[in-house]
Amino acid sequence: MSEGHSTYTPKTGIERWFDARMPLPRMVYDSFIAYPVPRNLNYAWTFGGILAIMLVAQILTGIVLAMHYTADTNLAFGSVEKIMRDVNSGWLLRYMHANGASFFFIAVYIHIFRGLYYGSYKAPRELLWILGCIIYLLMMATGFMGYVLPWGQMSFWGATVITGFFSAIPLVGDWIQQLLLGGFAVDNPTLNRFFALHYLLPFMIAGVVVLHVWALHVVGQSNPTGIEVKSKTDTVAFTPYATIKDAFGMIVFLFFFAYFVFYLPNYLGHPDNYTVANPLKTPAHIVPEWYFLPFYAILRAITFNIGPINSKLGGVLCMFGAIVMLFLVPWLDTSKVRSAVYRPWYKLFFWLFVADAILLGWLGSQPAEGSYVFMAQMATLFYFAFFLVALPVLGLIETPRRLPNSITEAVLEKNKGGSGHPAGATAAPETKG
Amino acid sequence: MSATDIHDPNRRDFLYVATGMAAVVGAGAVAWPFIDQMRPDASTLALASVEVDVASLTPGMSLIVKWRGKPVVVRNRTEKEMKDGEAVNLSDLKDPIARNANLPADAPATDANRTTPGKEAWMVMVQVCTHLGCIPLGQEGDFGGWFCPCHGSQYDTAGRIRKGPAPENMAVPVFKFISDTKILIG
Repeated sequence: MSEGHSTYTPKTGIERWFDARMPLPRMVYDSFIAYPVPRNLNYAWTFGGILAIMLVAQILTGIVLAMHYTADTNLAFGSVEKIMRDVNSGWLLRYMHANGASFFFIAVYIHIFRGLYYGSYKAPRELLWILGCIIYLLMMATGFMGYVLPWGQMSFWGATVITGFFSAIPLVGDWIQQLLLGGFAVDNPTLNRFFALHYLLPFMIAGVVVLHVWALHVVGQSNPTGIEVKSKTDTVAFTPYATIKDAFGMIVFLFFFAYFVFYLPNYLGHPDNYTVANPLKTPAHIVPEWYFLPFYAILRAITFNIGPINSKLGGVLCMFGAIVMLFLVPWLDTSKVRSAVYRPWYKLFFWLFVADAILLGWLGSQPAEGSYVFMAQMATLFYFAFFLVALPVLGLIETPRRLPNSITEAVLEKNKGGSGHPAGATAAPETKG
Repeated sequence: MSATDIHDPNRRDFLYVATGMAAVVGAGAVAWPFIDQMRPDASTLALASVEVDVASLTPGMSLIVKWRGKPVVVRNRTEKEMKDGEAVNLSDLKDPIARNANLPADAPATDANRTTPGKEAWMVMVQVCTHLGCIPLGQEGDFGGWFCPCHGSQYDTAGRIRKGPAPENMAVPVFKFISDTKILIG
């Protein structure tokens, strides 16, 4: 969008000097000041910015924690306790890092659901969406390996169960598992390589984020109506409109984050992880971090053999398949209309899907026995049906509501409608567009 | 040699192909040590076998040794446990294969095949649930064998899966009695 028609004019001598040699100020100006954004963006669109600061916060707290941490099975648990008790402000940095991971995932889930609701993945934003899916995968790998580092009971047994997935692969499974572990069970070599990779992956995430933002700036942001920007009156300048809205969203989000860091620092963790890892004793109830629970529920829902695929491999395939679904969304959805605002049936199925994902998360935290297993099987069935049946079929049979002709028309209509509130901070005066 | 003579393979073509081949072989040769270093190292493999003194185990007693980072149980079974194990009908088993590394891969899971000839009282077994790798508790559950607290798998007195989500009998590692009271595992 901003390509090719830069409105930047260097004012000072220093700016001119830079602009002729490496036009970084021009890039910043075009991307974050003059960049046109749809005028009707709501607060769901502030999570991209929130995710960016969460990534920076995680990298900063992580680097500092790494200065005090020791990746050795005999010392790791003690070094984390030392961070909590002896290192100045260590408790705060560790709680920020541990809860930061959770809030990173809260933000990314809202960001993903926003994309699903408003059809942000549709042409020409497929690549933007897929880059986002890759970031999500990298985040999961990073989160999992980070949880192993404190070398508590959940660290050890979580790592055992999750690396055990790979042993389900026919023929080469055991070889791959030993390759990942560097041994026959989770041990010192595993801890060391997980630490090295946990340090590396966030920077890979940052790299993919650059691609994600690049792709975003080529195709432009989608918006709640799902209608492409058609004229200048449909947009406002990134600064001050989006800047202040993003900043406000971040501050509110950080209030919630701070509440957890200071008042509920262990609420999202597991008490078993304050017991040092013991390879000879399994905790009574192994659960992963909350943000993996829906996938854990899907894994355990497959208790039956499917033809030549035994229940263990079937569970692993379904779990990974649940993530593959996200990658395929741009091609599974057949509707020409982007936004759920104009798709009554899709809107219903979207909220059912949200409820299903939350139900799966809850089931993942429950023991896999009795009626929980059946519920998890039904919820898994719905999960896949949403992607493989609802998305393709709804696009073909649903009659969408009438779409406004432009973003501007939608905004003015909403203001005229007299619903009592102007369309929030999004409705900037037209003259300022 | 003329530079416009593009049909004849000339020296530039040769250099082009040779450089490309060297790059491919070189990339492969460089990649291998990066993958190879991830495999279990020499010190890990050096612990691949352990010797256990079982002289103090009277019938009904077990001990657990760590072998390859995993717990291996050595149990001197009671008369009743052996009888219970032998009484089981093979068709009642969820996994009819012995899973005994000392026997052919398709050996049936009889009580005798889960142990070693002449020492049928002794169970030597990797005490790791074949479901998701938890450590089952000994002498618990409906079958008097092992019970996994994680997802409720139940094993009998010969460590065979009888009930629950686990797909296989617990593994019997390579082991042998090197004397009447000493076992070499691995």
